[in-house]
Amino acid sequence: MAKRKVKNDFQPRIVVFACNWCSYPAADAAGINRLQYPPNVRIIRTMCMGRVNPAFVLKALEMGADGVLVSGCHFEDCHYSFGARKAAEQYQKLEKIVQLLGIEKGRIRQEFISAAEFPKFVQVVHEMVEQVRKLGPNPLAKSLLPGHKEKREEMAVN
Amino acid sequence: MEINIAQIRETNAFSCLECGKCTGTCPVARYSKTFSPRMILIRALRNTHPDSIKSADLWSCLTCQRCDEICPSDIKYTEFIHLLRQFVGIENREGTCSHGGILESISRIMTAPDLKQQRLDWVGRDFQTAPSGEYLYFVGCLPYFDVLFNEIGTQSLNIARSTLKILNYFDIKPQLLPNEKCCGHDFYWNGDLENFRKLAEANFEQIKKSGARYVITSCPECYRTLKTDYPRFFGKLPFEVKHISEFLAEQLQQKKHRLKGDGLRVTFQDPCRLGRHLGVYEPPRQVLRHLSGLEFNEMAHHHKRAICCGVTGWMNCSQISKQIQAQRLREARATGADTLITACPKCQIHFQCALLDKQLKEEVNLTVQDLTEVVVTYLA
Ligand code: SF4
Ligand code: SF4
Ligand code: FES
Repeated sequence: MAKRKVKNDFQPRIVVFACNWCSYPAADAAGINRLQYPPNVRIIRTMCMGRVNPAFVLKALEMGADGVLVSGCHFEDCHYSFGARKAAEQYQKLEKIVQLLGIEKGRIRQEFISAAEFPKFVQVVHEMVEQVRKLGPNPLAKSLLPGHKEKREEMAVN
Repeated sequence: MEINIAQIRETNAFSCLECGKCTGTCPVARYSKTFSPRMILIRALRNTHPDSIKSADLWSCLTCQRCDEICPSDIKYTEFIHLLRQFVGIENREGTCSHGGILESISRIMTAPDLKQQRLDWVGRDFQTAPSGEYLYFVGCLPYFDVLFNEIGTQSLNIARSTLKILNYFDIKPQLLPNEKCCGHDFYWNGDLENFRKLAEANFEQIKKSGARYVITSCPECYRTLKTDYPRFFGKLPFEVKHISEFLAEQLQQKKHRLKGDGLRVTFQDPCRLGRHLGVYEPPRQVLRHLSGLEFNEMAHHHKRAICCGVTGWMNCSQISKQIQAQRLREARATGADTLITACPKCQIHFQCALLDKQLKEEVNLTVQDLTEVVVTYLA
């Protein structure tokens, strides 16, 4: 992608897929423990990381998300035994597709965060926001379909 | 979208006799309890409210043109379906896109004008390509298919590699477009003309700028779209589109070339877009005839009566698709072949997917290969 001028006040919008049994409780625990993380993330809860088809991540990017984080349990903790492993395999496919399309790799990330690792969740979100901020707005957003544009604005309301 | 009566009239739909021959010949209707091309047509003409037309069945039609061939009123049924889908609109469709819609997403992302794809990494040192020249190889979505369908055992890029090797063998160094887009075939047939146009324009401009005179494709869908659908939007094309099988047939004929290799027993699957849509039945067969030691037998249904591989545009893949594929694979088995040759990357993916069924795989014991992949083994 061509270099764009990155304004420092750019607030990226990051979609986070978090599994019901580990990463979502981790995000919750971060709140309970009053750890702050940037408000740039929109968390979508899935039952398992294995549910997150690469298509969902591409769809998020297509609809203007500036970054997407896929998170779930560690392999041995996954409540659906092979879900997280499956997710790791799927993620490799996703990475290749994203690369073929010429979208920056830094816009997507996969992390395994257990329910107890809420500081890790906070740290990952911090890192991700910084990284995506450096990359700038999602270049696809400009050429979105008209309907999508309104959705993006809806998403922007904080 | 408004319904365009003039366009509907052009398809002849109003002269339907309600004879039901379409339903009788349709591979989907054979296995589906609800799908009936005849009823889709009648219902659509009697009640043009989108809600009455938009059922999932509308997106189950394979646009395979089997009914076009048989209809006594000469109705262009697939064209009619294409218009209906456009009318109902992609946003109201009730069909589901397989693989979570990832293929559609990829194509939609490709409509972004300033996208810089990295799609040529597969071209290794042993291939010869040129930045300009008479020939251009239009690769299509093969690099993407290769990533997505590796897990079912297809290597779609093998088709691209084989095609390049074949071109190189005949001393042709084709151009490749570094930022080629999806040809838009699936958008066109699923009724999303807006996105189709975006992709088509981008491709047309790029090819025009390349100055190529011949565009070679290894995918019948790209072939049909470039050859017959692009001219509808851009007028006469300043280049000629050829499927690799046509190119090969010509070259082998001219040079009286016979390629030597191991004997194989094969049969051929006519891809709908290549066969019924464009009438290219003979070139692939001519190519096969030039391969020595190869035994070729036709399946029970071939040429005009060939049966589709079961899915188009990645829409509504279901049990019915699997049944169609199983029928087709059994037909192939019955010819005594050990290799089913297709000339379409999607046919290959779909049959390979059907072969994931272990029982069926044991029963038919076939390998599915693209025409180019087979030819390359003879080019030593
Ligand atoms: S075969 Fe033709 S005339 Fe007969 S029902 Fe079908 S569309 Fe109508
Ligand atoms: S085009 Fe093929 S799938 Fe569609 S109605 Fe006709 S025969 Fe059936
Ligand atoms: S349940 Fe958390 S990743 Fe499977």
